[in-house]
Amino acid sequence: MSDVVLHGGLILLILSLAVMTVVTRDTFAAITAFVVYGMLLGLAWVALGSIDVALTEAALGSGITGALLLRAAVCLRDKEAAAEVRRPGRAAHRVSGLVCAAIAAGLAAMVLMLPDPAPSLAPAVMESLPATQVKNPVTGVLLAFRAWDTFLETVVLVLALVAVWGMTPDALWGGRPGELRQHAHDGPLVFLARVLPPVGVMLGIYLFWIGADEPGGKFQGGTILAAMWMLTLLAGLTDAPPVSRRWLRAAMVAGPATFLLAGLSGVVFASGLFAYPPGFAKPVILLIEAASTVSIGVTLCLLAIGPPSRPANR
Amino acid sequence: MNTTEWFGIAAALLIGLGLYGILTQPMLLRKIVSFNVLGSGVFLMFGVIARRGAAAGLTGDPVPHAFVITGIVVAFSASALAVTMALKLHEDTGESAFPEGEDATAPDNPDEDKA
Amino acid sequence: MNPVKLASLTTGQHGGGGLLVLCVLVPVAALLAIVLAGGRHGRAVTLAALPPGLLVAGLIATQVWKTGQAMVERVGGWAPPLGLMLRADGLSVLMLATTAILVAAVAFYAPRSFRVAAGGAETRASLVFWVMLMAIWASMNLVFVSSDLFNLYVALELIAFAAIPMVYLEGKKGTLLAGLRYLLYALMGSVLYLLGAALLYGRHGTMDITLLSGMAGMDWAVCLGVGLMTAGLMAKTALFPLHLWLPPAHAGATPAASALLSALVVKGSFFLVLRIWFDLLPPLTGTPGAQLVGALGAAAVLVGGVMAIRQDRLKLLIAYSTVAQIGYLFLIFPLAKGPAVATALSGGMFLAISHAFAKASMFMTAGLIAGAYGHDRIAGLRGVMRSMPVAGCAFLIAAFSLIGVPPTGGFAAKWRLISAAVESSQWGWAAVILCGGLLAGAYMFRAVSVFLTEAETPVADKPAGTRFREWLVLALACVSLWIGLFPEIPARLIEIGRPANGEVLP
Repeated sequence: MSDVVLHGGLILLILSLAVMTVVTRDTFAAITAFVVYGMLLGLAWVALGSIDVALTEAALGSGITGALLLRAAVCLRDKEAAAEVRRPGRAAHRVSGLVCAAIAAGLAAMVLMLPDPAPSLAPAVMESLPATQVKNPVTGVLLAFRAWDTFLETVVLVLALVAVWGMTPDALWGGRPGELRQHAHDGPLVFLARVLPPVGVMLGIYLFWIGADEPGGKFQGGTILAAMWMLTLLAGLTDAPPVSRRWLRAAMVAGPATFLLAGLSGVVFASGLFAYPPGFAKPVILLIEAASTVSIGVTLCLLAIGPPSRPANR
Repeated sequence: MNTTEWFGIAAALLIGLGLYGILTQPMLLRKIVSFNVLGSGVFLMFGVIARRGAAAGLTGDPVPHAFVITGIVVAFSASALAVTMALKLHEDTGESAFPEGEDATAPDNPDEDKA
Repeated sequence: MNPVKLASLTTGQHGGGGLLVLCVLVPVAALLAIVLAGGRHGRAVTLAALPPGLLVAGLIATQVWKTGQAMVERVGGWAPPLGLMLRADGLSVLMLATTAILVAAVAFYAPRSFRVAAGGAETRASLVFWVMLMAIWASMNLVFVSSDLFNLYVALELIAFAAIPMVYLEGKKGTLLAGLRYLLYALMGSVLYLLGAALLYGRHGTMDITLLSGMAGMDWAVCLGVGLMTAGLMAKTALFPLHLWLPPAHAGATPAASALLSALVVKGSFFLVLRIWFDLLPPLTGTPGAQLVGALGAAAVLVGGVMAIRQDRLKLLIAYSTVAQIGYLFLIFPLAKGPAVATALSGGMFLAISHAFAKASMFMTAGLIAGAYGHDRIAGLRGVMRSMPVAGCAFLIAAFSLIGVPPTGGFAAKWRLISAAVESSQWGWAAVILCGGLLAGAYMFRAVSVFLTEAETPVADKPAGTRFREWLVLALACVSLWIGLFPEIPARLIEIGRPANGEVLP
């Protein structure tokens, strides 16, 4: 009974925030609604029984995505009126509304018609999980059974960052991304940026470390690291490095490169590419996760702050 | 009463809402935000499918959970690229929405660009 | 990597070779190396990656050709439904080979502005171009060998992240807008695809195409799922009426990039539609849904053709020609009915590969012409045949293939498509194909007739390196001719690994 009230209330809140996000005229209000929406969605994932996804959704889907969107909203402030001219007419609104309602209704009907009992790979995962030596089944899926997907996804991050950098004005190539922040001596942001990072970095490393056995892992840990770095950048305590720095490039590719080498080494030490040596699966997985946590942290933060916007020498 | 189905219906509604925002919001940034709503609806759909597949002592099928974690990271990368492009477009041309009636026009010639 | 080492990698793999993983890993390793070493070394790393990449593609092709069977590989040794499976049949081999050759050609064609002089600092274009070239190679290969719907989603995203920077690479006015439009279409496409895949997973509990083909019946979940996936992929392939993003994106990109985008990138999402309709659910072709897809294809052929005739700029004309040619590809879904299934599929594949070579050649030729004339307004391109005879020849051969003049690859493709229409007694589609050919003839004639007229003032001098590239584009055009002259090789490849009528894949 309490579930019904709790979950029903959560769903209603989520839906009303989503409506606000989509239809509110004021961009800033819409994005604020989106950030809260993301947090509540994290709770929905808890209700659906996945702490791993809940952490990822709250940290990345709501937190860093929110920071990215807010930065854009600040740059595009007061542009709503100019864009409003391009708003489709009333008739187009109605047609779009009808089409979208029909799609939503069709999908809702589909959800109610899903087979019962539902097909599931949970038993198969639990049966094969001991061979991977990790106890968190999601980590087992991400790093062993479907390691190929996860490897390619770390490559997606590298490509996305190169693509973002691809919009740099040619004269500024090799410069520093983001705006230059004046280092203020006090103020709430600076205070947070001094206090939070040590805790945050510990939390990020902790999330990566326990990820093998408990909810957590490289994406969650890396996201926290990215958030901490972003905080110190925003407070002006640190400055973003020039994009052609070798250490930065090394940090970007560390995750996928380690993953690739571990995958190749499977030919020598195990039964083939992307197979782990029997009895040593966990150390290999932890090594890949450690390198990936660094890469994910660096890449996510740099993706959020944008392409180089000023020369390397300050 | 099974609340999992409710989340499924919520996912369907979020997908419809996100799609509506992409189609009707003129501002590029708002299209990107709506795209994120649409994406989270799709992820929630995976969550419902995972929850329904709870078995073997787990609260849900971990395979769709892994899909969603991968998906969230990809969606963020896509949003970052799209936002950067929208900001750069605004910086270069002052536009914050797609201009009308230029669907079929191509970028200028290199020689005209120099002129 | 030498063949002996590769052979040792191949053995010990479950059910095939590490080759299928390697065909993706080689370009991925190259792109990581370029990011690390910097764009200065982009060209060198790419040239170093070409021989092993071509070798892997060649080894896969020989093995599939020799055994006459599809190559199957479980990544990490985990069997589906838990693990991921890669599978290369004849269709994959054709596309892998096409991709490898075109990537190599583009690498040699790439202009000097993407190269950095020895000792020079990294430039933006040098980093982005070479990284994205390798990324396109890796992601296209992944689409061709993967057999898992979610892995294919990752592949689609990789393609988008690799292709879109190519559009705004030169930073010309308008390219950013074109790239952004492309990005929004691509994102919508992949999210619809993912939603469709989610429904299939919810219904059957697996993402593996081979397993799904064994269990998927025609119920509502499957129909809706496949419908959503197809709609998403159509947006990515730029099928009419979702084609609006393509002409500005392809025409605005640098010629080397336009060639890849038009010749290859749109084929990635098309290939996936083909996998879904022919392999996932064999009975779907020839149904009313397929007739609808075919109708959109027919509209694309006609609208693309008419729009191409109306263009004043050469690159836009070629881009609209791509819109029309994509239309033909989608005609195979209604045509693959009853006895005509094999003929229609073979026609579609012939069109996909001959268009790839002809269009890559044509876009790069247009780049050479624009480089020499300083513009690409068709009316001002008089005397191309005299001043650049080799490039002119390449353009002519590619045009013949796109129109479908015998004995080019385009003719072999259209001949098969029309045969399929006859075999399945669907005459209407044959009429569309013939009309499309006439339209293609008209727009190509517009360009070629100007090329043939004498110029009042001869072209001053061609940029350095043009001569080598003229021969390169002629060689590519000749491949599309070769496909038509020796159709037996692709024709036999296409049949390898196909399920016999109604039979489930191995």
